[in-house]
Amino acid sequence: MLRQVSHSDPLAVEAVDLVKDFGDTRAVDGVSLCVPTGSIYGLLGPNGAGKTTTLRMLLGIIDPSSGTRVVLGRDHPLDAAQEIGYLPEERGLYPAMHAREAIAFMGALRGLPMSEGRRRADVLLAEHDLGDWGKKSIRSLSKGMAQIVQLLGTIIHKPRLIVLDEPFAGLDAINQARLEELIRREVRTGVTIIFSTHVIAHAERLCEQVAIIAKGKVAFNGRVDEARARLRPIVRLRTRQSDGPWRTAIPAAARREGDEYVFELPEGGPEPLLKVLIDGGAGIETLAIERPGLHDAFVAIAGNAAAAAMGEEKPQ
Amino acid sequence: MMRFLRCAFVIARRDFSATVLSKTFIFFLLGPLFPLLFGGVFGSIGARVAQQTDRPVVAVIAPQDEFQRLAAARAQLAEAIGGDALVSLVGYSPEPDLAAQQKRLLASRSPPIRAVLSGGLENPKLAGALGGDPGAVGQLKMLIANARSGSAARAPDLPMTAIAVSSGSLAKDRASTAQIAQVALFLLTLMLSTMVLSQLIEEKSNKVIEIIAAAMPIDAMFVGKLFAMLSASILGLVVWITSGALLIQLVKHGGVATLPTPAVGWPAFLALGVIYFGMNYLLFGAAFLMIGAQASTAREVQTLSMPVTFAQVLIFGFAAAAIGDSNSTKGLAAAIFPLSSPMTMLARGAEQPELWPHLGAILWQALWVGLILRAGAQLFRKTVLKSGPRLPWWRFGRA
Repeated sequence: MLRQVSHSDPLAVEAVDLVKDFGDTRAVDGVSLCVPTGSIYGLLGPNGAGKTTTLRMLLGIIDPSSGTRVVLGRDHPLDAAQEIGYLPEERGLYPAMHAREAIAFMGALRGLPMSEGRRRADVLLAEHDLGDWGKKSIRSLSKGMAQIVQLLGTIIHKPRLIVLDEPFAGLDAINQARLEELIRREVRTGVTIIFSTHVIAHAERLCEQVAIIAKGKVAFNGRVDEARARLRPIVRLRTRQSDGPWRTAIPAAARREGDEYVFELPEGGPEPLLKVLIDGGAGIETLAIERPGLHDAFVAIAGNAAAAAMGEEKPQ
Repeated sequence: MMRFLRCAFVIARRDFSATVLSKTFIFFLLGPLFPLLFGGVFGSIGARVAQQTDRPVVAVIAPQDEFQRLAAARAQLAEAIGGDALVSLVGYSPEPDLAAQQKRLLASRSPPIRAVLSGGLENPKLAGALGGDPGAVGQLKMLIANARSGSAARAPDLPMTAIAVSSGSLAKDRASTAQIAQVALFLLTLMLSTMVLSQLIEEKSNKVIEIIAAAMPIDAMFVGKLFAMLSASILGLVVWITSGALLIQLVKHGGVATLPTPAVGWPAFLALGVIYFGMNYLLFGAAFLMIGAQASTAREVQTLSMPVTFAQVLIFGFAAAAIGDSNSTKGLAAAIFPLSSPMTMLARGAEQPELWPHLGAILWQALWVGLILRAGAQLFRKTVLKSGPRLPWWRFGRA
């Protein structure tokens, strides 16, 4: 966690009941979000959940079928375009442009003069040890490198709000770490970051708040620890004895993972559980009480099918 | 408004640099040379062929004085209708074996003799391959009749007071200027239309459209793209006009000054030419950008090119029909219909001296450029970006 965001922080983005229909298909169904200023906000959900459509509505690329959104205090997001940076899911750069020009051009789209954009591009490229790439055309760069160039173009104009759609997709481990560091660095300067991902581990490492979207609807919206708090802690127990009176302490829903019993911590907490186990002669070999991860929370909130879809890609 | 213009300028600058600084722009500049080269090559071949086939050479076997009278009659006729349209005559003194002489002459390749005229003026006989050319035979009959009567020598003098222009010649000359200007405008726009059709394919295929759409109104992007192409086209136009004027100056005796003077005068006409080129380009460009924006692949753009070209030809035909009749219902309709208006009004500039209708026309055309661009951007947002609520068709445009 980088910085505690209090509820009194003004909202960078507020969306109320956003709906988007494509023909007869409802892609987004009543999404409401509140993104505090200076926070990292994750949109979690499997592919096709409606994350990108929600982001595109927040950015003003498309208008919602119904609902409202206020972005950086403006009713129409394009009015705040100069203060927003956007990295789309499908990366887009002109292949013939030099990397330095591409970064400056993206700044110019957001109101930064080209000359200043070139100067800042040189600084950013140098900061990321990419100074030699400035004069190379985009088509000569690898996919990952081009993605980093585009990311630099996203922040070149020093936006107050950065929207990243699946920013880690296609990046190797080194560049994923570089991107995470860049996100942390931006947020330290007070920038608000919204990013969508279907890799829960990234959200768990970076986000203070998340919205879990499934089938176009917000299944959960709040702090990461609140999502986790929805689940009871998990007990992992290994005993020397296979049977005895202590077995009454094991809930019926407990499952076996190898030699371990895995179950939710009962309502009474750890002390009554321990007493029954000890008095019942379980012969405790190991006992761990784990806080549930965001993935577990996601499974509980969005359902197993959504979780399975999310689990297809693991972070490196 | 300033932000809108700044956004449009960013797009225009990028597109203009990408177009003008690419190697292919050289071919764009050389584009109009190709039809000229083809015209020159095939024209000279055609002229040579025509020289060999259309102007039959007739050998005249006759005493010297009779041939002189025949040649004088031909010269007189050539003065009236032009030498190119008449048979050529080559004189030969009679030889003892006339049949052999005829046979030898008909076999001659230099000059390529098509027929032999013998027997003198009193008893002429024609032998040769002129059966399919009754006009040539008729000419020979007339030449022989004139040579017999000696009318060439008795041609009367016709004193003439030279007047630079008369109403008949002025109308004809101005109509020519109108026609030439309109064709030039049409051809230039025709060449550029396909380029405009494919303007958004690049952004759509490399996904830059998403970044642009998140940063500025789509209308600004449309305006930027259109003006980038207009700037590149005007650059080309300047090169072509300069080269064309230089060519005319070199080729035509007296240079551009010999071209028919338009009614509004050359300076105003040239200024109107540039403005109407811009307007014609912007109107067609806006319409084609709107159509092309719906295409998602280069193949779709190619498929769209043909109907778009035919539509342009049709509109050109509508504008051309107004030449010489600019105040008729047809002429006014062509001037009011936005897409034919620039071509019609340029032709009007060649034929009518009043300048005020042009001011109205330019404002009218500019209004339509804005309306078409606005509709194009709305359509793009609606159909390509799938933006906004579903509305019934009568509320389209308010999304």
